[in-house]
Amino acid sequence: MRRYLFVRILHSLITLLVVSFLVFGMGRLSGNPLDILLPEDATQEQYDRLNQRWGFDRPIIVQYWKFIQNALQGDLGDSLVKPDSAMDLVAERLPATFQLALFSLAISTLIAVPIGVLAAVKRDTPLDYFGKIIALLGQSVPSFWLGLMLMWVFAVQLDWLPASGTGSWKHMIMPAVALGWFQVAAVMRLLRSSMLDVLDSEYVKLARIKGLNENKVVWKHCLRNAAIGPLTYYGVIAGILLTGSVITEQVFQWPGTGLLAIEAVRNRDFPVLQAVIIVFAGIFVACNLVVDILYAYLDPRIRYST
Amino acid sequence: MDVLLSPQKPWYAPERLLTGFVGLRRLPVIPIALILLLLVIPAIFADQIAPYGPREGGLPKRYLPPVWEGGTSEHLLGTDRLGRDVLSRIIHGSRVSVKVSLIGIALGGFIGITLGLIAGYYGGKFDLVIMRLVDITLSIPSILFALVLAAAIGAGFSTVLIVISYILWAYYARQVRGEVLSIREQDYISRARVTGASDFRIITRHILPNVVNTIIVLATLQIGFVILLEASLSFLGVGIQRPEPAWGLMVADGREVIVTYWWVSLFPGLAIMLTVLALNLLGDWLRDRLDPKLRQI
Repeated sequence: MRRYLFVRILHSLITLLVVSFLVFGMGRLSGNPLDILLPEDATQEQYDRLNQRWGFDRPIIVQYWKFIQNALQGDLGDSLVKPDSAMDLVAERLPATFQLALFSLAISTLIAVPIGVLAAVKRDTPLDYFGKIIALLGQSVPSFWLGLMLMWVFAVQLDWLPASGTGSWKHMIMPAVALGWFQVAAVMRLLRSSMLDVLDSEYVKLARIKGLNENKVVWKHCLRNAAIGPLTYYGVIAGILLTGSVITEQVFQWPGTGLLAIEAVRNRDFPVLQAVIIVFAGIFVACNLVVDILYAYLDPRIRYST
Repeated sequence: MDVLLSPQKPWYAPERLLTGFVGLRRLPVIPIALILLLLVIPAIFADQIAPYGPREGGLPKRYLPPVWEGGTSEHLLGTDRLGRDVLSRIIHGSRVSVKVSLIGIALGGFIGITLGLIAGYYGGKFDLVIMRLVDITLSIPSILFALVLAAAIGAGFSTVLIVISYILWAYYARQVRGEVLSIREQDYISRARVTGASDFRIITRHILPNVVNTIIVLATLQIGFVILLEASLSFLGVGIQRPEPAWGLMVADGREVIVTYWWVSLFPGLAIMLTVLALNLLGDWLRDRLDPKLRQI
């Protein structure tokens, strides 16, 4: 287990390093990084100060080292449009994104788990096919369009929910559904197929032969064992929800990190964008790591294979 | 498996509802019809069938509603902010989707297949490095990558292509490598080697033909994904740029006026949804026919 942990953590660190290198490299794709790191009307003094702070006149490897050093201390430069540092801006917006992502995760789990389990138990019934149709649609509907259509139906036509902005839990429903819709489909499919495997196993047959209550067999014995596959997928979901938040927040003007990233692209505010990407990548990698460890903990076969 | 073993599905099974009543094992009629109607025919004959050009319009005709909402029959699905015909723009927009997905998949597929063949055939250090790169690629969220790239080199057609091929190559490499690992051990490979065939010849003549099915299935399943991705990027403003008629951009055009002029967003989005749905169904069907091993994807 210890060796497995070590390897996984090492992999995560390598991934983060590559991400930082990509971000660093792309900042230099267009030639002089100062051109995208400073506003167009920057003074010579600003140029010199930034030059000194990041060492742009030095060899590229030294620059990268400096970049990593600064990044580790939480310094990813200052915003070009706002008077704050890039990191502060990201930290300020993160709670809103987390709030939305968690709410979305909760909603999609609440919808996906019952349908996934019942679709497997009641295989080839209308309920199973209903689940399949939802899954098919989930993979085909663009989330930004779904968000707009929800807005049109529930905010404009029916006037049940506020169209955009923040405040109450009501503001969160539509963004959360638009964000989580794809996940509902994915979790449901995964859970259904792993439930089918489990339902077919010897110990479930034994539990049934023993005369155990069918509900207990399904929801306790089966679900627990079938949940491992979908559980790993939650690491992937964390990444998709964060990335997806870029789109959903743009649709609903939800003031989170995703919207910040879009604003940064629009204002050509590269330091802020850089900070968002690195923070997102860090969270993403951390989620995957946690899930891998959890997975290995739940299923001993995995930790001995690496 | 369950497709082959289970008895005839009832009429309300999605496989029958959405693929037509012919049954799963013959041709999926509805998806193919949808793909022809929404993607292939408009992409080839856009200039002939679209009533107007994609940029043709005028301010006096702005925001005309669809014909059944009190609009005129000149603009069946209404017009947008600049008075451009929504239907015509959707028809021309399919060209963008087709172009992006074909070139993107070709590029990503070429890189991925090549690296997958190398990793699987030679193994060892090549395998280690390439597979590590695959893991890293898959762990970087695609939209974030697109945002950085757009900020660094600007948004546009080539940015979208780079993003798409960057994301796709990893899937091809992983899948192809897995297949090659088992093909490599077959007798005919060692026999080819005994007769003096070079590595290049073995890979291109004896291994590649055996992974073609997998590649076809993967590519079909990915067209839908790529169209969705391109639409999302364009919607965010980091993909195809105005005034190009890309579906995602058209949805974005209607975002601010969804309260009053809903048709500007509704129809392009429907086009995306139906196209992707049809492509996914076709991909599923192809997978079951050609390569049941891929079911887990």
